[in-house]
Amino acid sequence: MKLLAFGKTGWGDELFYATLMTIAVAITAMLIGFLFALIFTPLKLSKYKSLNLISNFYTTVIRGVPELLVIYLFFFGGSGAIMYVASIFGYFEYIEINAFVTGAISIGIISGAYSTEVFRGAVQSIDSGQFEAAKVLGLTKFAQFYKIILPQTLRLAIPNLSNVWQITLKDTSLISVTGLVEIMRQSYIAAGSTRDPLFFYSFAAILYLLLTFLSMKIINRLEVKYSRGY
Amino acid sequence: MDFELMITSFPKLLNAAVITLKLLSVSLFIGLFIGLLFAILRLNKNIFLNRFAYGYSYVFRGTPLLVQIFIIYFGLGQIEYLRSTFLWVILKEPYWCAIIAFALNTGAYTSEILRSAFQTIKPGLIEAGKSLGISNKIIFYKIQIPIAIRQSLPAYGNEMILMMKGTSLASTVTLMDLTGVAKYIISTTFKPIEVFIVAGSIYLFMTFCIHNVIKFLERKYTFNS
Repeated sequence: MKLLAFGKTGWGDELFYATLMTIAVAITAMLIGFLFALIFTPLKLSKYKSLNLISNFYTTVIRGVPELLVIYLFFFGGSGAIMYVASIFGYFEYIEINAFVTGAISIGIISGAYSTEVFRGAVQSIDSGQFEAAKVLGLTKFAQFYKIILPQTLRLAIPNLSNVWQITLKDTSLISVTGLVEIMRQSYIAAGSTRDPLFFYSFAAILYLLLTFLSMKIINRLEVKYSRGY
Repeated sequence: MDFELMITSFPKLLNAAVITLKLLSVSLFIGLFIGLLFAILRLNKNIFLNRFAYGYSYVFRGTPLLVQIFIIYFGLGQIEYLRSTFLWVILKEPYWCAIIAFALNTGAYTSEILRSAFQTIKPGLIEAGKSLGISNKIIFYKIQIPIAIRQSLPAYGNEMILMMKGTSLASTVTLMDLTGVAKYIISTTFKPIEVFIVAGSIYLFMTFCIHNVIKFLERKYTFNS
């Protein structure tokens, strides 16, 4: 227990901040993932073959390649790509991207591929009568989507999105390879300096369990909220 | 695009892919037995066995695979007692540590897949077996297991692909698998895109193969539908 003391003598406060960092990365990545899903789901459902192809390429590659490899691609390639773009605009200084940004974007792209599949499934499983009814009522396209289709999609998507959230949360542990101080990295540092890896990695496991447990509780509430009337 | 690098790194990455496949097949094989064992424990009426199996799958599914590998590789070596037993021969090798972690992890997921497959078997099929006077043991082996295998094939195919991606974590405990070698080439040449394309294609090819094998098995084991 001495090892977990707050302040200068223990690792308690460091691990606490690391946990907050894990949560921050996971939420940012999940939101970036939603952004990607928002772009790629319509492409996937579009009637144009070429648009389908782009979206299928994205989801197949990201879901078929290990997360770690994707993270290495962004970790080693990210600043190079940005510098290349900057050089077009006449900026030649060295640009370094923050580990948080690299991590959140790479995990976000992975999470987006899973979210896209979830939203596609949810939209497809909505009865075509709902689309027709919305049209018959004379609603605008915007209102059709936001008032009729989206609320139903959410109800169907939440159980699967909770799986995506769990995957995203666990994938954040992989960002530790880029040096971002989240739970895993902090445990690695603590284990190295105290020579007590068993304790710190087990503690990290407990922290992750706690996070998954708490998020399940919150998601269950959301599920109840969105399935009112069913 | 540095095509020369892509061509020269291809054989190196292909060699590394053999280690990835070895890790995958051994851990899936062990994991299948662990999964079956825990699925049976989950269905047991004894509350302690039941809770134990539930706790196992909860812990291994609720924590990242990376933590599990680190606990086994870095953590267990710390216990003095273990160092003196024969287990140390296994636990000092990163290869076996990775396999233990992968097998325990995939075992937890497999147990959930098999449990739900066993639970969806229609009770009528078991009752039909009983009314024919077949013993419980034969009902289990000849009726429940074949149906459960068919039921769980799609989900198990996903699990195999997830596990294939999981083996990339072996590179964090000094094993030179496909991801490990890819990272090494990237960090020596600073050409991440080229190496990613080659290594990614090898992974995608493996995903493609697993996907098709599962599809073939699904078709083979689908009766009169």
